[in-house]
Amino acid sequence: MNWVIENLPLIGQRTLEHLALSIPPIVLSFVLSVPIGWLANRYRWSRGVLLTVLGLLYAIPSLPLFVVLPIILGTGLRDSVNVIVALTLYGIALMVRTTADALGSVSSDVTQSATAMGFSPWTRFWRVDLPLAGPVLLAGIRVVAVSTVSLVTVGAVLGIKSLGLLFTDGLQRNIVAEVATGMVATIALALVIDFALVLAGRMLMPWTRTVSPKRERRALPVDEAVTA
Amino acid sequence: MIEFRQVSKRFPDGTLAVEDFSLVIPSRKTTVFVGSSGCGKTTILRMINRMIDRSSGSIEIDGEDIVALDKVKLRRRIGYVMQNSGLLPHRKVVDNVATVPLLNGVPKKEAHTRALELLDTVGLDRSLANRYPSQLSGGQQQRVGVARGLAADPNILLMDEPFGAVDPLVRAELQQELIRLQRELDKTVVFVTHDIDEAFLLGDQVVILQKGGVIVQKGSPTEILTAPANDFVADFIGATKGKRALHIDRRDGRDVVLDSEGRAAGVLVDGSTGTGEEVPT
Repeated sequence: MNWVIENLPLIGQRTLEHLALSIPPIVLSFVLSVPIGWLANRYRWSRGVLLTVLGLLYAIPSLPLFVVLPIILGTGLRDSVNVIVALTLYGIALMVRTTADALGSVSSDVTQSATAMGFSPWTRFWRVDLPLAGPVLLAGIRVVAVSTVSLVTVGAVLGIKSLGLLFTDGLQRNIVAEVATGMVATIALALVIDFALVLAGRMLMPWTRTVSPKRERRALPVDEAVTA
Repeated sequence: MIEFRQVSKRFPDGTLAVEDFSLVIPSRKTTVFVGSSGCGKTTILRMINRMIDRSSGSIEIDGEDIVALDKVKLRRRIGYVMQNSGLLPHRKVVDNVATVPLLNGVPKKEAHTRALELLDTVGLDRSLANRYPSQLSGGQQQRVGVARGLAADPNILLMDEPFGAVDPLVRAELQQELIRLQRELDKTVVFVTHDIDEAFLLGDQVVILQKGGVIVQKGSPTEILTAPANDFVADFIGATKGKRALHIDRRDGRDVVLDSEGRAAGVLVDGSTGTGEEVPT
């Protein structure tokens, strides 16, 4: 416990660095997965090809990827860009399939009636398909978020600063409290981000919180008289 | 007026859904397409707002070939009501009703005011305006669907089995509402159903279809009932049996109307076709 109290500023700094490495891949993999997922869901051929190829990205071991990326990108070995790119690739690997499934799960009754109302394809995608895919997208991005926060620690092996450095440093110097702190802080950070995503989902998708008609009717018996 | 001229539709998989279909749908009347599933009635309906594009032939609305029109704009001026309402689950009732005006760029406040009036028109309480569709009963959702179809004040209202998924009591109520609405609003309604009773109840012109969009008979309900074109129609409308084949029997000095099974369907009263004595049975 003493170690924690004495090193609070360091823990705080590592947490912020960890956050700075986690947020961009989460956001990027979400944003990039939307068009790719749309394409995958759109045509039969593209679904098989894209989902298989992108899914395989996840099979690449992370440490070699961190080493190879600087050569491909021309960045330094300890550049945080490497971590961000690598984790975005993993995020996409997880997220594209979810996005394709999420878009595919939108009821065809709803999309057809939206088309019949006179939504153009572009407007319909942004105002109908994407919002209605929201709950499944949220479930997907929560997995990506937690996985990303955990994978950021691998960069510590190469000396990229994050909470992972508390493991490597703690192991080398045999400070158990430091290793434990690193683990607890990483898990805590993952939980915080997960909670933030759930909260954002509730705010952005208020319709998912509505009670079922049956419960609603019991709660508001006065309205029964009005109903059809 | 909507006019189909030798319209055919072949789907990419090769199915010929509609073949050489010609029909005039008069303005300000209700035309009902009725037939068993797979007869092409929904395909014909959806060709009017170009949800499905015809393969050959022409479809004109008030003399204008719809192929020349922008699909999206065309759809915004044609009301559409479907089975299971097709409401947007993530939009409140009031926004659902205001969908088309909002797409057309009507200011939100104005569109909402109009949407609330439309809730009155279709017999829904305004307190439902801020609910989500999932919080309404099936019948209420269908009413919202009708209100939405009317929101842009279209001349044409397409209805694809709109009352097919609600229970019989609610369906009867919605049918009466539609008859009332049509008296007030005077739209060109094109209605699709597989229920012949519904067709006869709502239709000024009833079009009986067979596989491939073949018109077996068209006419007013009375015309079809009194002179079924062939055995298929007679059988389809049940003219030879059940509650449509009625005869009169005299019991205790009153004329009782019986169906083909001998069950009492009603009694003859003054003001109907006869007073009793001379009516042939």
